[in-house]
Amino acid sequence: MSMSTAQAGEVEVLHWWTSGGEAQAVGTLRDLLESEGHSWKDFAVAGGAGDSAMTVLKSRAMSGNPPSAAQINGPEIQEWGELGLLGNLDDVAAEENWDELLSPVVADMMRHDGHYVAVPVNVHRVNWMWANPAVLEDAGVEIPTSWDELFAAGDALREAGYVPLAHGGQPWQDATVFETVALSLGGADFYRQAFVELDQDTLESDTMIEALETFKRLRELMDEGMPGRDWNLATRMVIDGQAAMQIMGDWAKGEFTAADMQAGSDYLCAPVPGTADDFIFNIDSFAMFQLEDEESTAAQKTLARLILQPEFQKTFNQLKGSIPARTDLDMSGFDSCAQRSLDDFKAASEGNTLVPSVAHRMAMRSDVQGAFFDIITNYFNDESMTAEQAAQRLSQAASLAL
Amino acid sequence: MAFTTGSAAGARSAPPRQPRSSSARLQAWLPKLVLAPSVAVSLFFVYGFMIWTFVLSLTNSRMLPSYNFVGFGQYARLMANERWWVAASNLAVFGGLFVMLCLVIGAGLAILLDQRIRQEGALRTLYLYPMALSFIVTGVVWKWLLNPGLGIQAMVRGWGFESFNFDWLVRPEMAVYTLVIAAVWQASGFVMALFLAGLRGIDDEIIKAAQLDGASLPRIYARVILPCLRPVVFSAVMILSHIAIKSFDLVVALTGGGPGYSSDLPATFMYAHAFTRAQIGLGSASAMLMLGGVLAILVPYLYSELRSKRHE
Repeated sequence: MSMSTAQAGEVEVLHWWTSGGEAQAVGTLRDLLESEGHSWKDFAVAGGAGDSAMTVLKSRAMSGNPPSAAQINGPEIQEWGELGLLGNLDDVAAEENWDELLSPVVADMMRHDGHYVAVPVNVHRVNWMWANPAVLEDAGVEIPTSWDELFAAGDALREAGYVPLAHGGQPWQDATVFETVALSLGGADFYRQAFVELDQDTLESDTMIEALETFKRLRELMDEGMPGRDWNLATRMVIDGQAAMQIMGDWAKGEFTAADMQAGSDYLCAPVPGTADDFIFNIDSFAMFQLEDEESTAAQKTLARLILQPEFQKTFNQLKGSIPARTDLDMSGFDSCAQRSLDDFKAASEGNTLVPSVAHRMAMRSDVQGAFFDIITNYFNDESMTAEQAAQRLSQAASLAL
Repeated sequence: MAFTTGSAAGARSAPPRQPRSSSARLQAWLPKLVLAPSVAVSLFFVYGFMIWTFVLSLTNSRMLPSYNFVGFGQYARLMANERWWVAASNLAVFGGLFVMLCLVIGAGLAILLDQRIRQEGALRTLYLYPMALSFIVTGVVWKWLLNPGLGIQAMVRGWGFESFNFDWLVRPEMAVYTLVIAAVWQASGFVMALFLAGLRGIDDEIIKAAQLDGASLPRIYARVILPCLRPVVFSAVMILSHIAIKSFDLVVALTGGGPGYSSDLPATFMYAHAFTRAQIGLGSASAMLMLGGVLAILVPYLYSELRSKRHE
């Protein structure tokens, strides 16, 4: 650490990566930054989905003292940008050629009003299904590639005494499963029209009703203890061989790794049935706030540059379970699921089947998303609500947003 | 317990004397001086923020407070919000049952303990102990106990009663009652302590007189002792109802508002909208309605209690 560098500045970084692997991953970024002569002030706020971190951030921003960088994802970057609080990273982006490095969909998310205001850290794939091969073998089934196969496998698994599908009944997890079903039955264009464009006809369409029905039918495959269960406890059920499969994003890999399991042999990953060519993404990113101080601004720009450096991208994403935000890296150190994820990401990016996650605040403003969550989770839990009613209410919620 | 000792003696103090010397004048001013800072702080941090919340509830604030006034639009949106009505009706169910059950169980336990039994101190501590836990802990413990796959249902089924069902936690229409169970478990020991102190404060002479008149023990409790405990009931209802209305941690830990949002309470509704969904205006409106609810219950109650005291 050389504190003598003329431009030594300090970056204060707000994030919610506080679990073991995540904290380690952040540590590598801090080391890199400190080796460039700047200092790192950690501002970690615990809480998985970042709700508490966002609350803290709002109070800091209101009092006119925002941190230099904060973990802000998806459309929220635009909301902060509209408030005029974000800095400009165009010079770093031009120097490092971000336009080439990043997939256009990702790059668009990082820009507000045409200027780069945020840096992507990683890409998570949401439409993954995780399975325990020993359990599948015991029940004599293969990992399903269609919903019919899944329901058939479910019967066999039930008979063999397993829970076919592990699930945690929290609103965001319900939404995670629902969005994969909707994508599977409707395809990427349908998905975008419904959840990004918020087109009312699409939200009330027969395809949406079918998706809602299939989604509710999945309850048959779940156990009754699911309400309120955390996602990692559901993953634990797959690890322990209590349950056969789970639909969850690739952060679930962290749990498998922590249990000393190897991808491909001890646990399997497969795209959710019918979504092999599609990719629902959840991107973690850091938005940079506008700072008065020149030195801190320099430190902030260094941080932005370092985040996309190959070295950090590799170590960080191996620890986090995600794939690098830049697509040109050598993936040999990654496990087979991550390698497949990156291949699918590239293919989906070219084939225009890359879609933002509803469950992870990538697709819509947080108030609309909140209303969607309410409807999806209420429909899933309320036996008397029909798919038509749910579709109607989704469309109503969308109309209020416009 | 200080709640029960009547302050009648202090209230009927001697008529004010004219301050004669400067030290006497200081004596007269001292209480006001000492209280002034805390009054100022309360005015600002309690009433000031109440007013600010009201102002925000009239704006279209989303992620950060803004001052675009939209009249009572947020209240209209709230009234049209189905989830708000679920939360409000849950509060009615939860609050009503919680206050009632705590009073009944607390008073019952206190009466039993009041029979000069052995080991009373140990028992009292045992009953009071849940109060020492935070609602978060209570919520997590009961979450495991009520989980049909792990807790009470699994245990009883393990004993051979295969058809035993106790899955309220995962049934949308019953989940709010699990909140009542956990909250009553936590708070009834405290109510017991209040009542016990109250019972001990009753003059033995009254009871002896009643006994001499040939009244039975249940009759003495019903006609003589419990009516003397009015101030205790008053304190208990005040404390319990404010616990009920501000209940947040218990819901977060026990049900997370679920399944779906079937066990949402106004406090969790308000938090979700104001802080995680970028709808500060709507959240403020719901907070104002919560305040309205509290006032609607407390003001008439306070009024009747304080008025009746003056006539005593």
